[in-house]
Amino acid sequence: MSGFDLQWVGNGRHAAGDVRFTRRETFALGLCMCCLPAHGSAAHTFSLNDLGNGLFVREAPHEEATLANMGAIANTCFIIGRDSVLVIDPGGSVTDGRWLLSEIRKRTAKPIRHVVMTHVHPDHCFGAEAFVDEQPEFIGHAALRPAFDARGSFYHQRLVEMLGPENVGRLVYPTREISDVAEIDLGDRLIRIIAHGAAHTDCDLSLFDTSTGTLFPADLLFVDRIPSLDGSLLGWLREAKRLSAIAPARAVPGHGPAMVDFEAAMARQLRYLTALHDGTRRAIAAGIAINEASRTVAADQGEGWILFEDYNGRNVIQAYKELEWE
Amino acid sequence: MTRTLRTVFAAALVTAFCGGSASATDPSQPDAGREKRWQEIAGYLFDDRDIVPTDTLIKIDAPKRAEDAALVPITLTMPEKDKIKSVYLVIDDNPAPLAAHVTFGPAADPGALQLRVRIDTYTNVHAVAETKDGKLFSTAVFVKASGGCSAPSGPSDVEAMKGMGDMRMKFAKGVEKKSSEATLMIRHPNFNGMQMNQLTRLYTPPRYIDKVTVSHGDQTVLDIVGDISLSTNPVLSFNFMQTDGQPMTVVASDTKGSRWEQSFQVPSAMH
Repeated sequence: MSGFDLQWVGNGRHAAGDVRFTRRETFALGLCMCCLPAHGSAAHTFSLNDLGNGLFVREAPHEEATLANMGAIANTCFIIGRDSVLVIDPGGSVTDGRWLLSEIRKRTAKPIRHVVMTHVHPDHCFGAEAFVDEQPEFIGHAALRPAFDARGSFYHQRLVEMLGPENVGRLVYPTREISDVAEIDLGDRLIRIIAHGAAHTDCDLSLFDTSTGTLFPADLLFVDRIPSLDGSLLGWLREAKRLSAIAPARAVPGHGPAMVDFEAAMARQLRYLTALHDGTRRAIAAGIAINEASRTVAADQGEGWILFEDYNGRNVIQAYKELEWE
Repeated sequence: MTRTLRTVFAAALVTAFCGGSASATDPSQPDAGREKRWQEIAGYLFDDRDIVPTDTLIKIDAPKRAEDAALVPITLTMPEKDKIKSVYLVIDDNPAPLAAHVTFGPAADPGALQLRVRIDTYTNVHAVAETKDGKLFSTAVFVKASGGCSAPSGPSDVEAMKGMGDMRMKFAKGVEKKSSEATLMIRHPNFNGMQMNQLTRLYTPPRYIDKVTVSHGDQTVLDIVGDISLSTNPVLSFNFMQTDGQPMTVVASDTKGSRWEQSFQVPSAMH
């Protein structure tokens, strides 16, 4: 044996059930720690879920970036393979990235050869600087570079306002760009990367760990936290089908529990995105103005979604400005 | 049991947290400071002409808190529309406060106007109506928004430029006899000069729609002077007095000297 057992394939339901319990505990714990900084110390403390098979996930709280959470509001993961380590989303700030690196180094001395930035959003990318000295390949969608060009300084400035410049770090541009599909080998462990068409953003990557049947859809799959639309609603519905065709046993979403049953989680997200799509299209056809639509479309879909009130209206605006040109 | 309690505890914390994050602190600038700012802008824009506050001649409908600071829908209504010659929309704390000046022509129905703007920070938004006898009347609302001006125009500058100058016009039945509603959509990034390229550290040069004329047959509906606060892919809804068989023609130009013209058939019997 090479130090780990790959034992999940075809055992999704059971594994997801087990992890769900762990998540509940971690979720409560994580939030407790986030509340502590109100007493004065800006602690950035999260626990890491060891999912087995060399797979680790830091499950983030459903919050906006604050000094208290150091921008650590998206899930970050790493996979320790036989030969090397791959990081998926290095964190929401350089402070967050340094924390992740230290957690990796507590567990393995293997080289970190790949750091994947799944899309342009700051909660997924700004930790990359912490990994520069490890000299990994920084992997991004072919559209990530122009997206960084257009948005990087805006995100940087907003994040500096919240976290202070010392915590934010600088953006690291991808050193390897993926425009279609790529495979990475961590040592008898193939990770397949797909560059998606515009969906959540216009530069989304997903990863599939072929050895364990685990999908890393990043923000193409939101669980519990309301999905936020920043690319193309029609595209997202399309790319969701593409992910479903992989039929993964389980998934590590960009936001939500460390591990979920893919099919159920995607079905739930599709219910919301479909309601958003149908409602927005109806509003446009009926000549309902964008401001009225943002207040009414999909407004009844909030049950079970955290931050729904903060994002649904905005999602409608994004959907409306896309669909009104149809 | 323990598990249930934990779940409840977590849920309670989530509620507390979301509630907290949604209620941002109010702006520090006192009302007096905002009023002083408005007086300065008004003096500059209107050459110290008298501006009378009004509750009746012009009204603004805007979200109290913008969902998307780069696309804030604003509706102006002018109930005594026969008196109205033109309207100004001013976003006090935007880098260039005047967002648009719309002058109504003979084919207009100046009862209502809807447009989309970028809003950079918590600010008063003023609408000023100019009556046909040359007087100015103003009203204001306070809008909470942030970062709308420096927010990118699209996923990338190249994407944002695609299809520049394409236009659409949608028509709907108006509320009054002979009056119909039109929505004009123009593809244009409306770069306002505030979007910095991360790599070059240079700002994408400003390039925005600065003039639009809408005509129905040979009569003018609207003359619009736009500025950097109009959103990417500007959209404007307005009412007009329909004459069957006459097309709508739009001529738009931007600050780089590009000019686009397009005509649209108006479905007959809209009214």
